[in-house]
Amino acid sequence: MTTSSRTPAPTRGLAGGGPAGRRLLGAVGLLLSAAGYEAVTRAFFSPLHVPPLSAILPQALRLLAEPRFWTATGRTLLVAAIGLLIAVLAGVVVGFAIGSVPWLLRTASSTLDFLRPVPSIVLIPVLVLVLDVTQITVLLVAVSCFWIVLFQVLYGLRDVDQVAVDTARTIRLGRWGRIVHVTWPTVLPYLGTALRLVVSVALALAITGGLVMGAAGLGELIWSSQESGESTGMYALVLLTGAVGIALDLAARLAERRLLHWHVATRRELATP
Amino acid sequence: MRATVIAGLARGTRAAALALGLPVVLFVAWWLLSANSTNIFLPPLSRIVEAFGQVWLSDVFLRDVLPSLRRLATGYAAALLVGVGVGYLVGRWAVVRDLTSPILAYFRVLPAPVLIPVLLVAVGIGDATKLIVIALGAVWPILLNTADGVRAVDDVQLDTAAVYRLRHRTRHGLILRAASPQIFAGARQALGISLIVMVVSEMLMSTDGLGFTVIRFQRTFAIPQMWSGVLLLGLLGFGLAKLFELIERRVLRWHRGATGREEPR
Repeated sequence: MTTSSRTPAPTRGLAGGGPAGRRLLGAVGLLLSAAGYEAVTRAFFSPLHVPPLSAILPQALRLLAEPRFWTATGRTLLVAAIGLLIAVLAGVVVGFAIGSVPWLLRTASSTLDFLRPVPSIVLIPVLVLVLDVTQITVLLVAVSCFWIVLFQVLYGLRDVDQVAVDTARTIRLGRWGRIVHVTWPTVLPYLGTALRLVVSVALALAITGGLVMGAAGLGELIWSSQESGESTGMYALVLLTGAVGIALDLAARLAERRLLHWHVATRRELATP
Repeated sequence: MRATVIAGLARGTRAAALALGLPVVLFVAWWLLSANSTNIFLPPLSRIVEAFGQVWLSDVFLRDVLPSLRRLATGYAAALLVGVGVGYLVGRWAVVRDLTSPILAYFRVLPAPVLIPVLLVAVGIGDATKLIVIALGAVWPILLNTADGVRAVDDVQLDTAAVYRLRHRTRHGLILRAASPQIFAGARQALGISLIVMVVSEMLMSTDGLGFTVIRFQRTFAIPQMWSGVLLLGLLGFGLAKLFELIERRVLRWHRGATGREEPR
């Protein structure tokens, strides 16, 4: 950086460039921050408050062998999945219903704009009086993800090519045929994006339900180990929660690619290794 | 001249009618349907509105709402500062980006609310904890979007700036401005997250604040008061989103104008 103050080209890394070099640097960064965390915690913190990584990692490995971790993860994922399914179904149906009727879209849009930024967790105190905590958590996931899916569907519907619609009309495709052959393929990439976005939201809310209301799952496990003072166990659980998040994110990306294997962006991505 | 004014007025009224129509209908429907409600969980809307006035337009506002707003503002501002600063470094220098990418990828997917128990143990119950939690929850979308935006700045612009030997400060300003649409996208996402984290952190550990007060009403079965708190939280979320939109529209006026892009709804 001394001879020229210009940025290096975005793809060129220090370690010779290429994906291998970049991965190596990533590993170095990971090791450096792990070492930094270890040093800082050992020097400044009591292990009761902030345990060092050398204590957290073995604990995390032990947790991986325990069935209670897997049941909790399974429950959290199940709640997230059910909520997600409801959100996608409701979002697609409502999105198509509103989006394909212009006057409906015009009248509803201000209400949708009003309701969307309302944080779904405000429902907790209301629903706690009538439903059980797992149902509420499913509902929280569903409501939060619903907005994302709905708005992606609406964006997608706006993107439908008028020429394609007219062509479909000319060859006398009915309303249903137009939806299947023109509208749906246009909306699908937007749904793929929605899928990628909602997965982490679903996980976050499934865990929030456990933290706030004690709905069985990872959130509840984390909160109870905090309350019983097992701070190392709690840190290990948080570490593993992040790993679950990464796994989900990967799964969502894979699903998106599967779903959109025919789409230009995906094909281009696959063609350039 | 007059004709266009009248036409404009008519268009304005129609737009207003379209925007307000359904909300008014829904509100009136709620009001009428709940008017004779005897279900203690679903009190009449008139009672909720009444409770709203009694609860929130009193010293509770100073005691509970203001601290919440202060925490939200401080935590969010800290997240903006750190997010844009670090995001700039990450986006501008490939080495920094390569070094940090696995860690950033991890924190991007780690749900923000799990940081609450962590900080509870690490820092303890207090204002500082809530501030840090809000900031930590909000910082990732800002950081990642800033990094992406800075990285995608047009090379020709950078070369031009270099050829003209613009000063460093001018050049940094140029890059930030070019990245600002994306920074705003991250900041908008972060605003929603910070509001959620604020409420959750107050529900879990607080002696004051909006989230705490709403939960307290619910536990003491003060149902109309609780509903009024839910209403206030909803209004707060909506108000903040609108305020953000206003600022974004002002700051990014050049962007929409220059590209002719339709504004996202």
